[in-house]
Amino acid sequence: MALQPLNDVMITGDQNNRSLDDAIASLILNQRRHQKGWWMLFLFGVLGTCLMGVSIMWLLYQGIGIWGNNVPTAWAFDIVNFVWWIGIGHAGTLISAILLLLRQQWRNSINRFAEAMTIFAVMCAGLFPLLHTGRPWVALFWLFPYPNIMALWPQFRSPLMWDVFAVSTYFTVSLLFWIIGLIPDFAVLRDKATKPITRVIFGIVSLGWRGSNQHWHRYEQAYLLLAGLSTPLVLSVHTIVSYDFASSIVPGWNVTVFPPYFVAGAVFAGFAMVLTFALPVRSFYKLKDLITDRHVDWMAKITLATGLIVAYGYMLEIFFAWYSANPYEWDMANNRRYHGPYAWAYVMLIVCNIVAPQFFWIPWCRRNVITVFIICQLVSLGMWLERFVIIPMSLTANYLPSANRMYYPTFWDFGMFLGTIGFFCTLMALFIRFLPVINIFEMKDLLYKIKTAHPTPAIEPGHEPVGSEA
Amino acid sequence: MAQIFKPSANSITQVGLLSVAIGVPTLWLGIAGLSRSPANTKVQVPKNQPVPFSHQHHTWELGIDCRYCHTSVEKSSYAGLPATETCMSCHSQIWTNSPLLEPIRQSYETGMPIQWNLVNKVPDFVHFNHSIHVDRGINCNTCHGAVNQMHITYKGNSFQMAWCLQCHRAPERYLYKDDSASGKGLTPRQQVFNVYWKLQEFGPANLNDQEKDLVRGDYNGAQPWEQDKIAAGKKLVSEYGVKVQQLADCSVCHY
Repeated sequence: MALQPLNDVMITGDQNNRSLDDAIASLILNQRRHQKGWWMLFLFGVLGTCLMGVSIMWLLYQGIGIWGNNVPTAWAFDIVNFVWWIGIGHAGTLISAILLLLRQQWRNSINRFAEAMTIFAVMCAGLFPLLHTGRPWVALFWLFPYPNIMALWPQFRSPLMWDVFAVSTYFTVSLLFWIIGLIPDFAVLRDKATKPITRVIFGIVSLGWRGSNQHWHRYEQAYLLLAGLSTPLVLSVHTIVSYDFASSIVPGWNVTVFPPYFVAGAVFAGFAMVLTFALPVRSFYKLKDLITDRHVDWMAKITLATGLIVAYGYMLEIFFAWYSANPYEWDMANNRRYHGPYAWAYVMLIVCNIVAPQFFWIPWCRRNVITVFIICQLVSLGMWLERFVIIPMSLTANYLPSANRMYYPTFWDFGMFLGTIGFFCTLMALFIRFLPVINIFEMKDLLYKIKTAHPTPAIEPGHEPVGSEA
Repeated sequence: MAQIFKPSANSITQVGLLSVAIGVPTLWLGIAGLSRSPANTKVQVPKNQPVPFSHQHHTWELGIDCRYCHTSVEKSSYAGLPATETCMSCHSQIWTNSPLLEPIRQSYETGMPIQWNLVNKVPDFVHFNHSIHVDRGINCNTCHGAVNQMHITYKGNSFQMAWCLQCHRAPERYLYKDDSASGKGLTPRQQVFNVYWKLQEFGPANLNDQEKDLVRGDYNGAQPWEQDKIAAGKKLVSEYGVKVQQLADCSVCHY
């Protein structure tokens, strides 16, 4: 049976401004909407956060010897997880900044969500390098240049130093972008709230927003400026993360294709994670009219496209290893990846990252939430394995074979990783419960545009649309 | 709908934001200032001792050489504090009944050393060695300040790492040499102590600028624009065999 092509209507059902408010704002104002699904997510998250807390405390007490890292594999799970989490954040910035500048209006129903993910993912990511230093309480002067009484500065020629700036800039800009976008929605919540405490809290955070022309004008300017600032960050942050590897001389790392390949991989993993959270949320909270099958379809297509770029990156890695005629590079590519002790990781990586997304060529697979969800899980796993293959695997083989040493993660390596996943879930659960998961005013704006383009049914009288073209 | 906030909320917010904008840099600068101030570094804060020993009296007025008491300064990392016997080498003859010296006599009788309070110290993760500094022509006062003017001894400099690095990154500004003494065959090590003899013998008028600054305890290195002094310093660097390119390596002091 041939599938009907999806139309491009981005809000389905009989909607008006009030029904949009009810669908989104009531998630905060009517706490009874949160049922078992939310509590399961929250409980999982809190348990994970506890595991993370215990792992961190034990780490600080004992030192990083509790991890499996040891020379020559000085970078292992901690850096793998750092790169993985940073990558996940990238979809949020791509959706909020680049798709905004390209005037892709379908971003409106997923951008809030994806931006929240960006911020939480960068928070998880930031933990790892900080704890990797072993003594996070003195990391301030190791990482940030400030005139101190030791007359010491960080090594500005090191990519690790650039990393600090890239990630902290990324976090700051993403947070500002997110909060500024939330202000008009906070005002809606303030006006809709009935409980005094809710009104006061949202009254404070909405910063006196009254929706005047001047407010909107400044809002649009600020939002556009931040979008312009974020756009290069989408490309620069993961480029600089890839320099941590590409600018070294370790076989398997010293590849010029790393920056674009890392950026594509980041967007790839990020969209998989957006879908991982968007699909359950839209079904639990009945938001299918706002995050439609068309949205899922588009996101699946982006996942496929970036997945193909990543596949091209894998091919180039092997090609460069052969073309360089460098025996160490070729040893890494051939003996380690295909025949070495970690060959299983490489095979799984290829299956998860190259084979699995190919199902997105089939329209049915892009519209069936089960297949989309499963493929997204595989992609998340695959992207984690990619970093595992790149980081510890390249380090276990040295120039001097007598220094070769296998890497085995310990319980605390996994504890830290699962712990941050739990921490991320906790933050997402709190976000779903206490902040608007979909941008209310942009949806109203979109609805107004849809209705003026298709004049029936008429806009509800007395509810003038808020907002203007972003 | 009733107003949630009174109009004063605007002012409160503005003042709040302003106080954060002013408060955070103020706090930052405050911490920076405090950590460099004598409250933290104890520079020029006299430290009480069991016996009120005056360096001013012993070195400047009586002209006793530093090495008479700090015997190991040329040979060891540690300059050494004098044993009670060193004090008694004079004080068994003079001021034998002074009440101020009672702890010294007690110590001499019981054999229990005087517990002097350490004025200058570096942390355990810093390996400081006096002998190499003396041997390369660093005058005592360059680090310890105007000891010859101290009644109760105090720290002359902060001993913070930034202070150490001023010299370790540009030693040519701090090395000392007495040109008139070279004829007498004095090594850099001996010239370091020569300043006091010159002072005692010829008076302050016959000291050169660097020596005057040294005995006043305010020698901070030649200023960058004093090119002739820098050139002279560079000559000393090669003459004394100071390896400047290694001097600011972490492992020079932290090993």
